[in-house]
Amino acid sequence: MLGLEKKDIRILLIVAVLTLFAPFILNPFPAGSGMAQFNAGYPDLMQRFVIFGIFAIGFNILFGLTGYLSFGHAAFLGIGSYSAVWMFKLLSMNVLPAIALAVITSGLFALLIGYISLRRSGIYFSILTLAFAQMTYALAYSVLTPITGGETGLQLALDDPRVLDGASAGSNIPVPGIFGLEMRSNAQLEMGDWVFNMSAGYYFSGIIMLLAFYLSIRIFRSPFGMMLRAIKSNQQRLNYTGLNARPYTLAAFVISGMYAGLAGGLMAAMDPLAGAERMFWTASGEVVLMTILGGVGTLIGPVLGAGLIKYMENILSKINSDILHTWFAFLPDGLEDFVVSMVYPFIGKGWHLTLGLMFMAVVIFLPGGLVEAGQRIARIFKRKKTDDTSKKSTSTEPAE
Amino acid sequence: MDAIILQILNGLDKGSAYALIALGLTLIFGTLGVVNFAHGALFMIGAFCAVTLSRILTWSHTIIDETKTDFLGNPLKVDVPYVYGLFGQSTGEAIIDWAVPLSILFSIPIMLFIGYAMERGLIKHFYKRPHADQILVTFGLAIVLQEIIKYFYGANPIPTPAPEVFTGSFDFGAMVGFEANQIIYPYWRLVYFGFAAVIIGAVFAFLQFTTFGMVVRAGMADRETVGLLGINIDKRFTIMFGIAAAVAGVAGVMYAPINSPNYHMGMDFLVLSFVVVVVGGMGSLPGAVLAGFLLGVLESFASMSAVIDLLPGINQIIIYLVAIIILLTRPRGLMGRKGVMED
Repeated sequence: MLGLEKKDIRILLIVAVLTLFAPFILNPFPAGSGMAQFNAGYPDLMQRFVIFGIFAIGFNILFGLTGYLSFGHAAFLGIGSYSAVWMFKLLSMNVLPAIALAVITSGLFALLIGYISLRRSGIYFSILTLAFAQMTYALAYSVLTPITGGETGLQLALDDPRVLDGASAGSNIPVPGIFGLEMRSNAQLEMGDWVFNMSAGYYFSGIIMLLAFYLSIRIFRSPFGMMLRAIKSNQQRLNYTGLNARPYTLAAFVISGMYAGLAGGLMAAMDPLAGAERMFWTASGEVVLMTILGGVGTLIGPVLGAGLIKYMENILSKINSDILHTWFAFLPDGLEDFVVSMVYPFIGKGWHLTLGLMFMAVVIFLPGGLVEAGQRIARIFKRKKTDDTSKKSTSTEPAE
Repeated sequence: MDAIILQILNGLDKGSAYALIALGLTLIFGTLGVVNFAHGALFMIGAFCAVTLSRILTWSHTIIDETKTDFLGNPLKVDVPYVYGLFGQSTGEAIIDWAVPLSILFSIPIMLFIGYAMERGLIKHFYKRPHADQILVTFGLAIVLQEIIKYFYGANPIPTPAPEVFTGSFDFGAMVGFEANQIIYPYWRLVYFGFAAVIIGAVFAFLQFTTFGMVVRAGMADRETVGLLGINIDKRFTIMFGIAAAVAGVAGVMYAPINSPNYHMGMDFLVLSFVVVVVGGMGSLPGAVLAGFLLGVLESFASMSAVIDLLPGINQIIIYLVAIIILLTRPRGLMGRKGVMED
């Protein structure tokens, strides 16, 4: 089905179900209860989950398959956002042309930057991409202000031409939508104490993410993906067999740049504002964190990593010391204060510390990220089962 | 002419900082072959050593001064730093005033220890892993160090003044025979430049003229052979890691008066220092120093108004532009050895 193997179909179905039912899955606690702050089912955050998921899936096509570590991928995200907002300003508030332009322009930039950067590999490639991204950021912030809006960012205005939409009626700036359905429109479903938000913007980006995910599975399983893996494992041997690796790496770079542009375009479609800080190198670092944390080179890992980091950024960072005190209120007073003071540095405003520690732990102990952790746990359970059966049959397994 | 001299001077202090950080990065890369993304964090920790020492020195207790009264007629409460009690009033004031230079002594053992602990505790396990893994784990470490500093010192920059003697500026132009008031230069930046020159000279002298340095240089050239001669090269390289951390630390200490320390200053410098290392040539110590000063001066030339009028925005991107051109035309950098990380 869909040109996929059975195993991949299962992964795709899992992701599809998770995406479609996310508004319910992410809202396990009734509104108004003490645990409601852990609900992640509000449109803004869910949109960020899937958009950064797309970004990380794209990054994984480059880093996971070819092993080229780009430290400047956020530049394409920013370029995508800028082009999408320009499309809103000039053509129409429909999101489709905006996203199309975002993908095309970021693809063109990726072609240019990739063509130059891929002449080097290893750390030099990382530094070249970093240098290009910082240049784009610096230029967007200063000289290119007429195009990018400089420090304030690029915003929509009432007197934008918007050729297809005609003269805007009323005194409000129109909002992005798709054929009349506004991206911010939201249906609330109340079931008892639970309130579920189903937003048009979320489902739109969610479906795009599913398409992007499907495409990435196809790339992973294609001969082209095989070639990229060959580059990662031994580029020299590939050269000796008479193959030039550069066109393949360039193609991977452009594809992952287009994914980043798609994510940037979607970000602009959800909130029509683009700023240069989206291109700063720490933003590029973030997508590296997501991919590694989830599991580099795996299909589902980047999506998990993106979800985890965005969840931490939005939920963990909101916990303050008062909330902690209510949690640990069952402890004796002195112990309560002690526990709170021990836990506090790692959450709330200090969530970056937890992120950094987690990231280091993953790089050191679990190079395969969360996916590898899951596989190891699954293997432990499986081994227990086989142990039970092997006791009866008295067969011995070779020691590992 | 005087405008050119002014730009060269302006570039020197930033160039000194670049050169010092790049020197440490190159020491680590040249000896251990590790790409250390946490080096900027070490620079930042150095700057916070200065903050910490000046806080310790101004740590005070309140006494009631019976001879003076406040406006209500009550005896005046005065905060007296403990240093006054130890050394007397005038010496105590001088010590507090000189907190930043004193921090150098304070920071060196701390930085040596941090460098040593970092190498033994973390980096040691990454020699056999690919460069990408080294970059990633040190990047994670940089985030952690940064967040720890942020937790203890807050997110705002902390002003840390230089000693009173060195505040203010002087007329450099008049001293060397130009018109007065054309080249005004702050004292502390000159001090910083001189300090950087001394540190760089000391590191080179250490490597060139001591037996320890000789062994380290031999190890950089051929680690295995030195090991086969029965020398414990790993131990010496660990010490070099500590020294590299100390160089970054003192660079940070002395930079504190120029730029009030904040928790992300390390990251800001790190990216540029990497570019400097690459331009100078991976593993080449003189290259790192040369490229540091060169790029610092180039950056300040590019921010002259005449240049900006000609090429708007050039001051923002000049360093990256130079790096891209160097990497594409001469991948081993200005003074890199042939064959070291050339692909």
